[in-house]
Formats: sequence, C-alpha cells, structure tokens
Amino acid sequence: MATQQSTSANPKVNYKYRRNKARQEMRTQVTSFALMIFLTLIAFIMVMAGFDKYFVLPVLLVLAAVQVVLQLYNFMHMSHKGHEGVALFLYTGVFIAFITILTFLTIVWW
Amino acid sequence: MSTVAQKKGFLSVLWDYLTTVDHKKIAILYLISGGFFFLVGGIEAMIIRVQLAVPDNSFVSAGLYNELLTMHGTTMIFLAAMPLLFGFMNAVVPLQIGARDVAFPFLNSLGFWLFFFGGIFLNLSWFLGGAPDAGWTSYASLSLASEGHGIDFYVLGLQISGAGTLIAGINFLVTIINMRAPGMTYMRMPLFTWSSFVASALILFAFPPLTVGLFLMLFDRMFGAGFFDVSMGGNTIIWEHLFWIFGHPEVYILILPAFGIFSEIFATFSRKRLFGYAAMVFATVLIGFLGFMVWAHHMFTVGLGPTANAIFAVATMAIAVPTGVKIFNWMLTMWGGSIKFTTPMLYAVAFIPSFVAGGVTGVMLAAAAADYQYHDTYFVVAHFHYVIIGGVVLGLLAGTHFYWPKMFGTMLNETLGKITFWLFLIGFHGTFFIQHFLGLMGMPRRIWKFLPGQGLELPNLISTIGAFFMAVAVIVLLINIVITSVKNERVGNDPWGDGRTLEWAISSPPPFYNFKQLPLVRGLDPYWIEKMEGNTKMTPAEPIGDIHMPNNSFIPFVMSLGLFIAAFGAMYQVDWRASDGESFVWALPVLVIGMLITLGSMAVRSLKDDHGYHIHKEDLMEDEEGGRD
Amino acid sequence: MDTQHKFTSRTWPESPEKTTLEGKNKFLGFWLFLGGETVLFASLFATYLALKDKVPSDSHKLAADMFELPLVFIMTMLLLTSSLTSVYAMYHMKNYNFQKMKTWLIITVGLGLAFLGFEIYEFNHYVHEYEHTFTSSAFGSAFYTLVGFHGGHVVIGLGWFLLLLIRNSKRGLDLYNAPKFFVASLYWHFIDVVWVFIFTVVYLMGMVG
Repeated sequence: MATQQSTSANPKVNYKYRRNKARQEMRTQVTSFALMIFLTLIAFIMVMAGFDKYFVLPVLLVLAAVQVVLQLYNFMHMSHKGHEGVALFLYTGVFIAFITILTFLTIVWW
Repeated sequence: MSTVAQKKGFLSVLWDYLTTVDHKKIAILYLISGGFFFLVGGIEAMIIRVQLAVPDNSFVSAGLYNELLTMHGTTMIFLAAMPLLFGFMNAVVPLQIGARDVAFPFLNSLGFWLFFFGGIFLNLSWFLGGAPDAGWTSYASLSLASEGHGIDFYVLGLQISGAGTLIAGINFLVTIINMRAPGMTYMRMPLFTWSSFVASALILFAFPPLTVGLFLMLFDRMFGAGFFDVSMGGNTIIWEHLFWIFGHPEVYILILPAFGIFSEIFATFSRKRLFGYAAMVFATVLIGFLGFMVWAHHMFTVGLGPTANAIFAVATMAIAVPTGVKIFNWMLTMWGGSIKFTTPMLYAVAFIPSFVAGGVTGVMLAAAAADYQYHDTYFVVAHFHYVIIGGVVLGLLAGTHFYWPKMFGTMLNETLGKITFWLFLIGFHGTFFIQHFLGLMGMPRRIWKFLPGQGLELPNLISTIGAFFMAVAVIVLLINIVITSVKNERVGNDPWGDGRTLEWAISSPPPFYNFKQLPLVRGLDPYWIEKMEGNTKMTPAEPIGDIHMPNNSFIPFVMSLGLFIAAFGAMYQVDWRASDGESFVWALPVLVIGMLITLGSMAVRSLKDDHGYHIHKEDLMEDEEGGRD
Repeated sequence: MDTQHKFTSRTWPESPEKTTLEGKNKFLGFWLFLGGETVLFASLFATYLALKDKVPSDSHKLAADMFELPLVFIMTMLLLTSSLTSVYAMYHMKNYNFQKMKTWLIITVGLGLAFLGFEIYEFNHYVHEYEHTFTSSAFGSAFYTLVGFHGGHVVIGLGWFLLLLIRNSKRGLDLYNAPKFFVASLYWHFIDVVWVFIFTVVYLMGMVG
C-alpha cells in the first residue's frame, strides 16, 4: 500500500482516456444500482407472497450478501487497485462479526 | 520555525504538553499517567493483601473491599498496563520504522486525552459516593443490582477511555502500513513494531463489542432498558459474551507488545539476530487470530453445553503452540550469543520461566472439565497474575529501563535497577506462587475474609509478605527515576552499545522532527547492518529538504474535557428524573454543556484548516547536532 | 504536493483522495474504522437476534405483528438511491466538477433527511399504536438500539456532508478537502450496507418469523 503510486504524473496526457473510463465506470454503477433495486424487490415480494420459511430465509441472506458485495466493490470502489489492506481488515471484521452472531444464535441459553 | 534551544518556564512547558501532537511527548504523557494509575492500582492491591494477611481481618469493610478489588483490576488493565504500552509504542514504533511522525498526530493526542479523562472520571468515583463494586468484569446480574453510581462511573469512564484506545489503535495501524521508511518492508520490521501492529488490529476489532456492551449496560441502568433484565425478557449472558469477546483479545493486546519488547531485548543483549524471525512474526499473527476464537473459556461454568465447551477448550489449548514457538525462539536467540546481563536482560530472562508457569496453568484451566474445579478460586487469580505480571509487567519494567535513555536522554541507574528487579521478582513469585495452592485448597477469589483453622492462614500471610517486596521494588524504581533525573547525565544515540534497530540510530531523545533525512533500510536490524559495515550512521534515502510538521493543538484536550463534563450530567440526570425534577436540576444543563463543548470543538477542528508548517532546509542544516527542542 | 494548490479539470489527479500522504492515511484509517464498525454492528445485530420477540408477557406485540413492509420498502429505496447519488457526487469530484458534486451531495442529504423522517414516523407509530417502547421489553430495547444506532449514523452522516458543503462551498476542490468528501461518502455507503442487513434481518426475516 505504501508503494502504491498515483498514475497522474502527467495528467494531461491521459485526460481523455480517464474521462472515458470514468464515464464507463459510472455506467457500471448505474447498472449495479438497478440490480440492487431489483434484488430488493425480489426480497420484499418473496416475503409478501408468503413462501415457505425455510426457502425464504436463506435466499434473503444471499440477496443481502450480493447487494452488499455490489455496494462494497462498486459503490465503495473496492474493486480498484490499492484495496488489499482494506480487504484484509474488512474481511477480518466480517469474520469476527460472523462468529459473534453465530454465538448469539446458539449459546446464549435459548 | 527555528529549532534553537530555549529555556522555558514551567507554564510554557505545561502548555506545550497540553497541546502537543508530537508522538514522543505523547509517549511521555502516557508514561506519566499510566505510571500514576499503576501506583493507584498498586495501592489498592496492597490494601487487599493487608486485609487478607490474617484470618477474619477487618482492615477494610466488605463493601470497600469489593470496590477495591474492582478498581484494582479495572485500573491495572485499562488505565495502567495499556497506556504504559501505548507510551512505549508511541515512543518507539515511529522511530523503528523510520517515520517522521504517526499517521494522525492530532488523533494521537485526542486518544491520549480521552484515555486520561476517562481514567480520571472513573477514579473520581472514590470521592463521589463509592467506586464500582461488581468486579472488573462487571457481570450484569451483579452490576444491575449495584446501588449508587459506582457502575455508572465504570460504564461512562471506560466508554470515554475506550474511545481513546480505539483511536490510538487505528492510528498505529495506519502509521505502520503507510509511513514506513524506504526499504522497510513488512518482513524487515522489528518485532516490537510487528507486535504493536497485531495488538492494534486486536484493538480495532475487540473494542467495538465492549463499546456495545457498555452502551447496553448504560441503557439498562440509566434509561430503563431491559437487555439483561430477565423479567423483561432480557438475557444476562449477553453481557458476559460481549465482555469476553472484548476481554480475551484484550489480554493479547497487553501481552503481544510485551512480547515485542522482550524480543528486542533478547536480540540486543545476546548481540545476535533474533532467532526464527519469520516464525516469530507468524506466531504473533497467529496468537492474535486465535485470541478471538477462545473467549468462551471464561464461561465454561455458565452452562453453554459440552459441544461449545469442547470447541473453546481445544481452541484455547491451540494458543499454546505459537506461544511455545516464541519461547523456544527467545531461548535459541540467547543460545550461543554473547549475553550481557543488563537490567532489561534480567527481566527478559526472568520472564521466560514466569510466563511459562502462567501458560501451563492456562492450559490446565483450558481443560473444561477440570475448570469446574478451578473456576472462581485463587488458582485463577494465580494464573492470570502469572501471565499479566510475569508477562506484561515484567515487560513494562524491562521496557522502562531499556527505552528510558531513548525517551529522556539519560540512563536509569543499573545497580538500583537490578535491586528493583530482584525485589520485584522475589515478591512476585512469593505473592502468587502460593496462591495456586490456596486455590486448589478451595479458597474462592474475590472473598473479603477467610476463617481461621482451615489451613489458609500461612499461605495468605506469605502472599502478603511477597506483595510488600513488590511494593518496595516499585519504590526503589521511583527513587531511581528521581536520582537519574536529577543527575541527568546525557547519553548518545546508542547508550546500550548494541542497538540493532533504527531508534538507536537517532539522538536520545530524538529531535522533534525525528529523522532529518529518512533512512534507507537495507535489511532486518538496519542499524546493526550499518554498524557491521563500519558506518556510524544510516545511509539517507533522500536529500535534506523541507519537513512538513503538524501544528500543536489544544482542541483534543477540550474535546475530551467536554465528554468528561457531559458524563457527569448523563450520570446525575438519573437522580434528577428519580426526584421528579426536585434535585439535581443542574444535571441536564451540564450534559448539554459538555456535549456542546465537544461538538463545538469538533466543529472548530473541521471548519478551521490546519495545514501545519514546514521546517526549512536551512534551519535543518544549522541544527546539525539535532536533539534540541 | 501542496494541499492548497489550485487545479483545473485537466491537471486534477486521477485519485485525488489518495494523492497526498494525508489523504492516503485518511483513506486507510477510515476503512479500518469501518472494519471496526462492522464488529460494532455485528454485536448489535447479535444482541437483537438473541432478544428478538423476547417480551415479558403475551400482551406485548411481536415483530410480525408490527412491521409494515411498504414503509420499510420506501425507506430502503430512499437510502439505496441516496447511495447512488453520492456515487454521482464522487464521480464529479473525480472530474473536478465542484458544482455538480455539490448538487448531487445536496440531493443525497435530502434523501437521507426523508429516510430519517420516515424512521421517526415509524418509531412514533410503534410507540403509540403498539406500546412497543424502549423500556417495554428486552425486544423493544434491542430493536430501538439496533435501528437507532443506524439512525444515529445517518444523522452523523448528514451532519458531516452539510459541514463539508458549508465549509467548502466557496473555495472549491483541492487536495485538502477531496479526501474529506471521499471519506464522508464511504461512510454514507457503509450506512447503506448496514441498512441492507437491517431490512433483511430485522424486517423481512422478522415478518417470516
């Protein structure tokens, strides 16, 4: 991370290229937004339609996970370079979050 | 900005320290306040031991005894051990990685003042109606029943100082990731930096559960919530889990930097490269990781079921493996080395058997079935004092002697240092070794008095005598510090003569901008490499240029003060509401004023640009000697 | 590079948030903070799941009796959209278009305020309609704490955006404030991440049972 350099040594050279790339990326962002809305809709419809509990619960969690991945990797730019340290710490946090929640679902006397 | 030395009055020195953002001065602040709380916690320990010296004693009352044991644990863990480690981390880590400063100097200062005011708030409970009395773990079923404001002081004080700790942890992580000098790769970082890095990562993930736990406790006690209240559907085990999800990593937060200090000392005074460096790094990371996997071994007797107990027992025993790797690496570092028994080295050598003893009882306790026998007896007290004193406190004392010249530019007296060492070591084993047997004989922990005729008299008396040895040792250390400071014989860059890492390549104490030119690191133990090649100093990695420095700021102090004031309001508004607005009418205004002070100073910080200043090249050239402020 | 240096859209670096050392530190430090926040919210979620529907007597309402999905759906749409608008703001920040960035941020703040309004309405509704309060049961305490912590984050996020907008409204973008805008938008996205789990775990799974 410390060695990561900005590519903007001479920004004028690649100005057009950069603008284009940014615009394309923005298009991806809008696509992922549409996907997120779509996933949310599925989630709500599934619950309102009253499908079987053991079908709905896992699917809901998968939908949420996909949304969060979109949010993290697209909206929060984790797909860009220079996020290796970030990913390491975030996933460690997610792992500890997971065992915490698992604990509270299993061994708090209920 | 000229760096010419000036004689300063007391007030200007005080102001300098209140506003400083320099990691070396913040280190001194941590050292002083951590040392102060260490003495407070030590006095509490002495009163406990006096009360238990003879059977059926009435030196203190039962209620006061509960407060003393609670405050002894809380003070020692949160307000003494951790800040003292932060002191050394602040003093040493930026120098070891060849950085000009930490990543966030302002936040560094804020972290200190939050800790400081949190600690003061917690200790003011002694004068304001009684200290917390539910043990340092403050289990909910007990602490919800505790009358008065003791537990409220605990909750609010730890919340404030915990925020400071979290800030400090993030600061060190970013510093170590982003601010390393050219050539200082991860696998060239000194072990103290590595262990500080892992400890900071543990802080980052362990303190949020504590924050949540404290909030829930606060809501239950002050706002009528029902998290832990069974009659409202609550569950008291939630607190225990949250507390230990924090609490177990916390002991690794304490021990890992101590391991780091010892690793530096072993290599330095064996005059040998640390044996198995890569294995040491891996073991440190592994201990940090496993440290999150084992918290429920504090709760074996809660009734989590045999499956959960078995999983946590196995995970706990697994930690013995990387710890064993470390022990052997330290011994093999000494093997064949040309050992110098300086005071820090004496502590390091004594640490190995002491800590192993604590580790062995740890594995005993990890056997869940056997733990039903040991649980809540003096065996547990003996165990955790062996790891905390035998590991952390010996590490802190070793670090004090080892890094004193780097922090203050003068050496602590070696003879007095060795006297301290022997008194402390004898006192420590005298106090706690016998407690293993007290525990096996069935003496419960946290007990106010014991009865005569049960065979507990002599061991308890021996234990108390041992405690006095430790107290005398600490007094000798204080005398040593006073004598050393009065004499003030200045020393050079590398006063031990065998420094290996970058901090010994710079003057003692270093100039406020640290390295004039960032050093070029060519391998592990960079200063040693240069010395072996006949160089007297590091090869610079850059030409002399302007150095960007952060401005001093009074805002961290004010921000923390605001929270300190607000905490009083938050606490006494309970009485205000209980009295239907009759008394304590000032509580709510105080809460509001405190929060306004904090939020206001945050706003000032955001609205007013702070670009820092530059030390110009010409001034740096003039200041050829460095080391003057 | 000097932080007060004035740029044009052509000289503006590609990653203005990470061009200076201060920016790099801020960027990494804030991500680490979000890692810690993950554990903070996990603790709150865990507490909520352990205390869900734990009430002292049968007269208390449970999750499935109270939650209204249309309301939650609207709130979700508001927050998701505000996440996209803040992406737009950062897109213009990277293009050195301060005016457009400001506009998108103001829209973000507006959506956030609307979300907050619905949340206040929702809480108020539960309290008065179902007597489901913070102190009525462990379930109530856990529900309001979890959702309230998220709401508190929304308030802080809004305040942060507003403060940045007011402070920098006249001076435009430079390498001193670009990292600040970027980090604030990261915070806003993280709030959305937490909300995804709240609407899934608390509301949808609460309705399913």
